[in-house]
Amino acid sequence: MTMEGERIARPVRGWCEQELQRELPGLGLVWTGMQVGGRRSLTGASPRPVMRQLSELSNRWRGARAINVRQEPVPAAYRVFFRQIGLDPDATRTPIEQAVLARMLEGGFVSRGLLADVITLALVDTAVPVWALDADTVDGPLGIRPSRPGERLGRGGDGPVLGGGRLVVADADGTVAILFEHPPDEHRPKRSTRSLLLYTVQVAGVPSLHVEETLWACRSALADACS
Amino acid sequence: MAYVEQLSGDRLERGDASRDGEAAARETLRAQVARLERELSGLVARSFPHLPVLAPAAPSVPRLLGLAELERSRDRLAGRIADAHRELAERSALERRSRELLRRAKEDPRRYKFLRIAVADLGEGTCGTWEVRPRLGPIGMLAGWWQVKLSSGCP
Repeated sequence: MTMEGERIARPVRGWCEQELQRELPGLGLVWTGMQVGGRRSLTGASPRPVMRQLSELSNRWRGARAINVRQEPVPAAYRVFFRQIGLDPDATRTPIEQAVLARMLEGGFVSRGLLADVITLALVDTAVPVWALDADTVDGPLGIRPSRPGERLGRGGDGPVLGGGRLVVADADGTVAILFEHPPDEHRPKRSTRSLLLYTVQVAGVPSLHVEETLWACRSALADACS
Repeated sequence: MAYVEQLSGDRLERGDASRDGEAAARETLRAQVARLERELSGLVARSFPHLPVLAPAAPSVPRLLGLAELERSRDRLAGRIADAHRELAERSALERRSRELLRRAKEDPRRYKFLRIAVADLGEGTCGTWEVRPRLGPIGMLAGWWQVKLSSGCP
């Protein structure tokens, strides 16, 4: 995919198949690209400011808030959307609830590397999930569509068969990830990744401001860490 | 020929109308699912920890749901809400009974020797137990001096 690096500052709205738009108004994919340079690895340890933010955030999230998070407007919108696409959010947790549950079980937001930490910070702050892709493995603009019969996940042809009708994030070449799931290894950013693509999924009830905020938070944290 | 065209046209219109009707029905069902989900979330959050926060893992995939699947989803949610209301009603009755029992034990501890009531059963927290115990141990037992004491019981 052609990336314009730091010049693509504003988030870009991806495409969404017409039938999906009609059936699930408000559903959309928003992405942004950036170049990451410097000596710091995306999968390596986070710098001290990021670690400090994780620690501060851990202190702000206690049991009572964790239980009530499902009633907050943005997390509630994702819960409703999960139900509407056949997922039970009490079994397949929404990203924000998954992060908060991990916080409760592990005693804090545990560092899992720079990129993962930055995404966690943005998610916990805005309740809007972000996923990252190695932009060099993506071909054309991203969007959301149902998978086609017999279609496989990923590029190599050895990914699992999705079966028809599963909601996926796709580019011009094929499926990139299942909606609300982490992308397969081949699309995930690696140590050497220099061109990054961050995307989020907006659903009805989630203000665009939150969506832009979450992507902006990731971009600026990564830019600071990698500068 | 014109008659055949007219017939096909009618069928197409009927087909369109039926498709529109189904789309409207799906929209209504999605709105109902949204309302029920909010209601269930509210119940779970307000009555924590008495209702299950997590459901057993069930294999599912994100997909566009048809009319029948949306109906099933709505009915399952409605069922869970009904179950939740039933559990909460039972819970509320248990708390009422426990409070009444504690009140009677405080009035006349000797009638309720060694009675234990968990604070959780009173709906007043999760830690501690009210217990009817003899004052001064064996001396109280022999003398009939009984009292209701709250022990913390939480780490």
